[in-house]
Amino acid sequence: MARAVTPQRKLLNTVLAWAVALLLFFPILWTFLTSFKPEPIAVASPPQFLFFDWTVKNYVDVQNQRNYFDYFWNSVIISLGSTILGLAVAVPAAWSMAFVPGSKTRDLLMWMLSTKMMPAVGVLVPIYLIFKTLGLLDSRIGLTLILTLINLPIIVWMLYTYFKEIPGEILEAARMDGASLMSEILYVLTPMAVPGIASTFLLNVIMAWNEAFWTINLTVTDAAPLTKFISGFSSPQGLFYAKLSAASTMAIAPILIMGWFSQRQLVRGLTFGAVK
Amino acid sequence: MSTQASRSAARLMLSPAVGLLLIWMIVPLVLTLWFSFQRYNLLYPDRSGFIGLANYVNFVGTSGFLDAILNTLILVVGVLAITVVGGILIALLIDQPLWGQGIVRILVISPFFIMPPVAALIWKNMFFNPTNGLFAELFKFIGLRPFDFLGQAPLGSIILIVSWEWLPFATLILLTALQSLSSEQLEAAEMDGAPPVKRFWFIMLPHLARAITVVILIETIFLLGIFGEILVTTNGGPGNASTTLTYLVYKEALLDFDAGTAAAGGVVAVILANIVAMFLMRAVGRNLDA
Repeated sequence: MARAVTPQRKLLNTVLAWAVALLLFFPILWTFLTSFKPEPIAVASPPQFLFFDWTVKNYVDVQNQRNYFDYFWNSVIISLGSTILGLAVAVPAAWSMAFVPGSKTRDLLMWMLSTKMMPAVGVLVPIYLIFKTLGLLDSRIGLTLILTLINLPIIVWMLYTYFKEIPGEILEAARMDGASLMSEILYVLTPMAVPGIASTFLLNVIMAWNEAFWTINLTVTDAAPLTKFISGFSSPQGLFYAKLSAASTMAIAPILIMGWFSQRQLVRGLTFGAVK
Repeated sequence: MSTQASRSAARLMLSPAVGLLLIWMIVPLVLTLWFSFQRYNLLYPDRSGFIGLANYVNFVGTSGFLDAILNTLILVVGVLAITVVGGILIALLIDQPLWGQGIVRILVISPFFIMPPVAALIWKNMFFNPTNGLFAELFKFIGLRPFDFLGQAPLGSIILIVSWEWLPFATLILLTALQSLSSEQLEAAEMDGAPPVKRFWFIMLPHLARAITVVILIETIFLLGIFGEILVTTNGGPGNASTTLTYLVYKEALLDFDAGTAAAGGVVAVILANIVAMFLMRAVGRNLDA
């Protein structure tokens, strides 16, 4: 809603909005700045903001303590893997619910969402034991499977709301023009579905990357992703603020940057199409 | 319109997703139910057998049970209140004409992308620490004694951390909803002499109702399972001051190794979550266009 306002009013809005935004962003900025401080400066009183001897020593130290890239790759593999697997299962399901809805479609969607309400901790023991029996503990495959399952309802929902907006008449028109099923899927449906699938993909990579219950409880070292990497700094290393900040920056930077680029697509997906 | 053939094809396409979710729901639940009636301590695996409702009596009788339910409610309601009210205010502000709106949006949404253990560690050490956290410095600067946030107000501190994580989500969604409000309606109200408060109350708020219910639904799903933040900051303490239902079950299972009681707690948690879910789905389901 662009309304005409006086420049003074606009200036006031700008100052207020920037103040709120910087306040919310401040913990991240502070972590970033602290990650470049020598340890004594990080706990200096009064706090030092910009004028200190910037150093990358903390990053080197963290990297020497535990290999960041092992955890990074596990995060990448697990979040991409679970998202792709989830899409492979969810695309056909969402497709059929959107284009061939039955009387039970709505109940089915609600039921899927309700499985998200099951408290993970309630089933931790059996899942742990099943994983132990099958040898899936601390394995990327096991973790990928779990994350696929917990995010599946959301993937189905998001895709469903996107697919539902593709008008069915287009398919009929293509069929009338003599398009085969294959070309119908390839040339008519796919181009219309790609934006929806892409933003579902983005959101689920972010959710899988940040999932911190199963990834921490079901891994030790081999499959440990960045959530596990960072929880290793809870104590007593947590007292070394500069190193903690460096490790935190390393854990959040990839997904934060990705989030910045995709934030406009996120809203629709996050609300299952209820808010556009 | 759809033929018999396309219906069975549709069912075939649906079945992997439905099947997987059914297995994911039923298998762990049945196992949890089974364990909840068994004597099963991970330290003494040989002492096993059916013990009826003893695990349930044990779990519900834990000194922390009522506290845990109360803490869970306070946490969920507290975070919802802060994020919805704060989200509306910030969305109203950002929706005004201003310079650098794009960057403001990106700064505001950023905390949403931070993984929970990182958020909790940053707040715990660099802000809440009573000797050299930033809040302690701020308190000293204005001449007050530093306050031990996590020691004196553990649940409140956790609510603050979780609200920081979820405020961007609420703001972004409410902002998007606000931007879809037609400006003619507002201008008409303005011409008719409706003051800003009335314009907000009678035009904007009803328009936001749907977005607000969606925010409440989605946040509740995630808030009921809050775990990492508590684990990293307070471990549920001091005492049971910040133990939620989720965390109480975790304590039984992984700190006391009592898998039987933990399973009973899991069943209780699932039942309570389902009550909340049913209530929410009724209230909110209409707002999701299924």
